Parts: sequence; structure tokens; C-alpha cells
Amino acid sequence: MKIEDVPQDLKYMKGTVIRDTDYAVDSEGRYQRVMSSGWEPKNLALDIIMEDIDEQCQEILADVRAGKSSPLAYHAARNLMDLDLLADYADIPKRTVRKHFLPEYFAQLDEATLAKYADVLRITVDELKSIPA
Amino acid sequence: MELNLEHRPNAHCENGAISTLLRYHGLDLSEPMIFGLAYGIFFTHIPFLKMGGMPVTSFRTFPGVLFTRIMKMLGVKTATRRFFSQESAMRALDKILLEDHEPVGCVVGMYYLPYMPLEYRFHFNGHNIAITGKDEKTGDYTVLDANAVEKVTISRKDLMRARFPKGGVYPLMGQMYWIKRMPKELPDLNKLIIKSIKKACWFMTSEPSFIKPVGVNGITYLSQRIRTWEKTMGPRRAKLNLAQIIRMLEEIGTGGAGFRFLYGAFLQEAAERTGLTVLNDFSRRITEIGDLWREFAYTAARIFKQRSDNQKNYDDLGDILQKIGQLERQFFLDLNEAVQ
Repeated sequence: MKIEDVPQDLKYMKGTVIRDTDYAVDSEGRYQRVMSSGWEPKNLALDIIMEDIDEQCQEILADVRAGKSSPLAYHAARNLMDLDLLADYADIPKRTVRKHFLPEYFAQLDEATLAKYADVLRITVDELKSIPA
Repeated sequence: MELNLEHRPNAHCENGAISTLLRYHGLDLSEPMIFGLAYGIFFTHIPFLKMGGMPVTSFRTFPGVLFTRIMKMLGVKTATRRFFSQESAMRALDKILLEDHEPVGCVVGMYYLPYMPLEYRFHFNGHNIAITGKDEKTGDYTVLDANAVEKVTISRKDLMRARFPKGGVYPLMGQMYWIKRMPKELPDLNKLIIKSIKKACWFMTSEPSFIKPVGVNGITYLSQRIRTWEKTMGPRRAKLNLAQIIRMLEEIGTGGAGFRFLYGAFLQEAAERTGLTVLNDFSRRITEIGDLWREFAYTAARIFKQRSDNQKNYDDLGDILQKIGQLERQFFLDLNEAVQ
């Protein structure tokens, strides 16, 4: 790769301090360190993965609206956590978390457990109880 | 309290942490040198080993190995610790940082790092950062993250969380490492360079042909498998799998083309140090192979863009990979011969 070919397709790293460092050759064939702000194929790859996550979230959201799942299931999916990971982080047994994914059990949860989940998912308890309209 | 260290962006997080620790002790090695000396270049594609539901594809050795290798080679005495309790992990960090005045490398999960862009926050538990200071009043830590363009700060709570991520292949348990003692005199780097190149060649080409997923065999193996992806898992899964490979190839930290350019830079520097000018030719050759990897990513991008998929594109990818596989095999065989 030549230095002038180092891609600068800023998309995902916008507004952060994170940048890629690429190694590229100059006109004399010497390797130099060049900063890059992203590359289109990589951004597209991330798009594909993000779309997939979004789709899964939308499916769960539809379930929540239909009364088949609790908002907790949605927020966990938003945070890329499956049941195992959420149970691990919240330090609550898996079978209990599985119950909390159902609306009727979720409605009976006490404040302490809700606060625990909210802390893990980095949202407030009110946000945890609601879903985006 | 803050240690006197300037920030230097690096392609790969582990190289960055190693470089920070060594620089504090007055040994200034460039990133390609660190990567090359620790013979980090590698390839493996293991379909039955899943990480986040995707097969593992890697362009480098296992995380954490680079540090052990290079410190052993240089004869530096280091220490690594893991903890059961989060509080004692933070206490031990404070002690080494504030009392012994040593920069500390920490292995952390990426998800809870506050300065990462939202889209890079995946549950990946193998990011390396170097901690070089602590603000006594607020309790915030100064972090040199190789992927950032400047020094960043992180609150105590966030750091504690990041050091104890859940899930993943093995528990991190607040793993941290630091340098205990530098050797009185450094070993001859030229000898080490030759040794490292030999080892890299061995890791890439020594596998017998029936061990398919590892070394250059892995590239050929992937080239065979990628052609069938669309048939066996459907267009959607195939795209996701391909996206995963492109991310491993170009995601933060490879320096472009899955470490191939980084290795090219190492060979060039090695040629200068050792006076073996033949290494310059090899540097040029691996650069060309790296460009082919970039072409592979471009072809993949075409598949991402189009809505209706057709089988032919995956065949194109297979062809490129097959070519890369042949070229890399020849490259490492020739390189091995050149340094004998």
C-alpha cells in the first residue's frame, strides 16, 4: 500500500479519539506510519453486523409489544448480551434471568434487582422499564 | 501522579502496551520491531471454534503471547498477576503505580471502555492498555491506549468493570503485568531478529498438510470453504461470516492487511540493522501480498453492497485467497532459506 492510498473514510470513529494506524510505503519504498480514519470495506462490514443486531432487536421489540417478552430482553440485546452473559454480569442465576425475560415475572421485580440490571446495562431503572416508542 | 511518558499511537494494542513499558525503561523499539521480534505473524481459520457465534479467524498469534515472548527474548524480568477480588486488583494496581512508579499493562474488556466509539463496543476481552497515572483527587486513571490519538482518562469504576469482564473464552480476573527488572546488558538484537524470522517461518509453513486450519494451510483451507458458504449457510449468514473476516483483517490494530504490512516494515528495519539487504526484497514481496489482501477486502465490499447475491462472487474471493495462500507459502519458505 502506498501512503497516498491510505484510506480516510471517516464513519464509525467520528467524534472519538480512536484512529487506525496503518503502515504504508512512500515513493522510495520506505515504510512509514500513517494515521487512517477508517476504510470503506471495513465500514461496510461493520454495517452488516450492526444491521444484524438491529434486526434482532426489532424482533425482540415486536415480542415485547405483543406481551411475549419483557423490556429487559430488549435492553440486553441492545447491549449485545445474550442470556448467559447478562446472568454472568448481574450475578443472577440463568434460570431466574430467563424468567425475568417474561413480562409477568418482570412486573413483579423489586427495586434492588431492577437497579442491578440497570447498572449492568448502564441505563436508569425508568429506562429499563420502558422501550423506545 | 503521572509518569513521564509521551503517547505514541500504535497499530496494535499489545504492541503499544509493550512499547510503553519498555520506553519507560529507556528501550525504544519501534512497533514493527516489537511485532517481528515476537514473531506475531500467523494465520488460522478454525470453523468449529466459535467466538460470538462466528468461526475464529486470526491473523496473529494468541493475545498475551507477544508480551511473554519478547520479554523472555530480551531477558527482562516481568510479573503478571490475576485477582479474585476487584478491590484487591485495584489496590495492587495503585501500589505498583504510585509507590513503585511503574507503568502497568492491563488486559481489559473492550465493552466498558468509555472512550471507544459505540460501534466498536463489542464483548471482546483481550484489549491491552497501559496505565501511567492516577489523579489523586478524582481517582481517574491516565491511560495510554495504542489505538487512541492522545492520552485518555478513565474513571475508577469503569476501569474496574473493564478489568473484570464476563463471558469470553477465559476469565481475565483483572490480569495485569509490569516490568520488574531490566537486564544489565541487552542481548544482540541482530541474532534475535534472525531467530525470530526463522520461528515465524516455522509457524507458518511447518504444519503437515492434514492440519488444515493453521498456518498458510489455513488460507488455502479458507479459500476452499468460502466457495461453499452461500450454499451451506445461506446468503445472510455468509455475509455475516465474511464481515467477520474483514473485521479481523482490518479492524483496529492490524496496521492494514492483517499485519502483513507491519511485517513488511519489520523486514525493512531488520535489513537495515543486520545488513542483510536481501530482506528488503522480502519486504517488497510481503507488501504485494498485503495488497492482495486489500483486494480481497475490496471484493468482499462489493458483496456487501449488492442486494441480490450470486455465487460467483464467493468464487472470486476463493480464487484470491488461493493465490494468497500459494504466495505466502512460497514467501515464508524462501525467507526461511534466505536467513539460514
